[in-house]
Amino acid sequence: MEYIVIIIAAIFVNNVVLAQFLGVCPFLGVSGKVSTSVGMSGAVMFVITIATIVTWLIQNYILVPFHIEFLQTITFILVIASLVQMVEIMLKKVSPALYQALGIFLPLITTNCAVLGVAILTIQKDFNLMEGVVFAMATSIGFGLAMVLFSGIREHLDLMEVPKGMRGVPTALLVGGILALAFMGFTGLA
Amino acid sequence: MSDQIKNLTKGFITENPVFVLLLGLCPTLGVTTSAINGLGMGLATAFVLVMSNMVVSLVKNFIPDKVRIPAFIVIIASFVTIVDLLMQGYLQALHAQLGLFIPLIVVNCIVLGRAEAFASKNDVFSSIIDGLGMGLGFSFALTILGGIREILGSGALFGFPLHIFPTDDKGNPITMIVFVLAPGAFIVLGYLIALVKRINK
Repeated sequence: MEYIVIIIAAIFVNNVVLAQFLGVCPFLGVSGKVSTSVGMSGAVMFVITIATIVTWLIQNYILVPFHIEFLQTITFILVIASLVQMVEIMLKKVSPALYQALGIFLPLITTNCAVLGVAILTIQKDFNLMEGVVFAMATSIGFGLAMVLFSGIREHLDLMEVPKGMRGVPTALLVGGILALAFMGFTGLA
Repeated sequence: MSDQIKNLTKGFITENPVFVLLLGLCPTLGVTTSAINGLGMGLATAFVLVMSNMVVSLVKNFIPDKVRIPAFIVIIASFVTIVDLLMQGYLQALHAQLGLFIPLIVVNCIVLGRAEAFASKNDVFSSIIDGLGMGLGFSFALTILGGIREILGSGALFGFPLHIFPTDDKGNPITMIVFVLAPGAFIVLGYLIALVKRINK
């Protein structure tokens, strides 16, 4: 039951992009086409889940026992950066097909604040490892949902007559605003 | 000298990190529920920008090219930790409001972007000025965005009530609350970017 609450809250109520504003850069940057959004969401899910497990272990077995919690930011970002590199190298060897699909998105993920954000949130919310993993996966599903919805709308918007000054990013942001408004309807669900 | 003045002023409108370069949008949208939050976040980022630009410029000749990005990230993360601890100590209320977005300055593309694009190629003084200019431009953008959202959503500016909205029976202003919630951030920023595009043309 607890897990279901975490999942619903992370996907709908506190959607990572539309309610918490984490990962807005790829949300606006890569969301031109539905197919690329799906690829990006897959890569993000992969990295967020692994990063959350690793940073949780580091926090609870290294930083806390040695009382060096103030090094959290430095440690986490370095771990995430090297993890992304490692995942990239391993994927290339183990599964070239998956690498083909996710490859170009991986380097972009280091600066995706959703990854570091979820790692820190998992610690702040005092989740145990299993809850952390569920939270990380649900958050990335929420990220994927927002990305795919948004890119679907944008594909149609490209065909519309939009006033000159509003073309591109301004319209994209307005659409994001309307989507966020729609997601506010989930408030109170969990 | 005129070069330095240009470095300082370009961040406000012509090369504004938020309105023109579209960098660092997460904190821009996330914390600007009021002008004071926007200003606080902007100044914290500006401090990190100036210090990291200075240090990167100082050590640029000692760092091998291949490991420069991780090295820059460590430098930036150190200053973010300093800001985080200082704000926790002296500005607790603001620190609680900005919350998660303080450690997330690390992954703000503006900071790493300026270290890589400017400080690693220029002398110390220009790098400090560049960091200051970009940081103030970022603060400017966040304060404007926060100000507009606060006026529309809470009927106040920097916490002072403006009395521009009609009041209900109990004397509370009837405001457009949606502007201090998540959707308002996207909508106000969208219109502001369109406006700056127009000005720059």
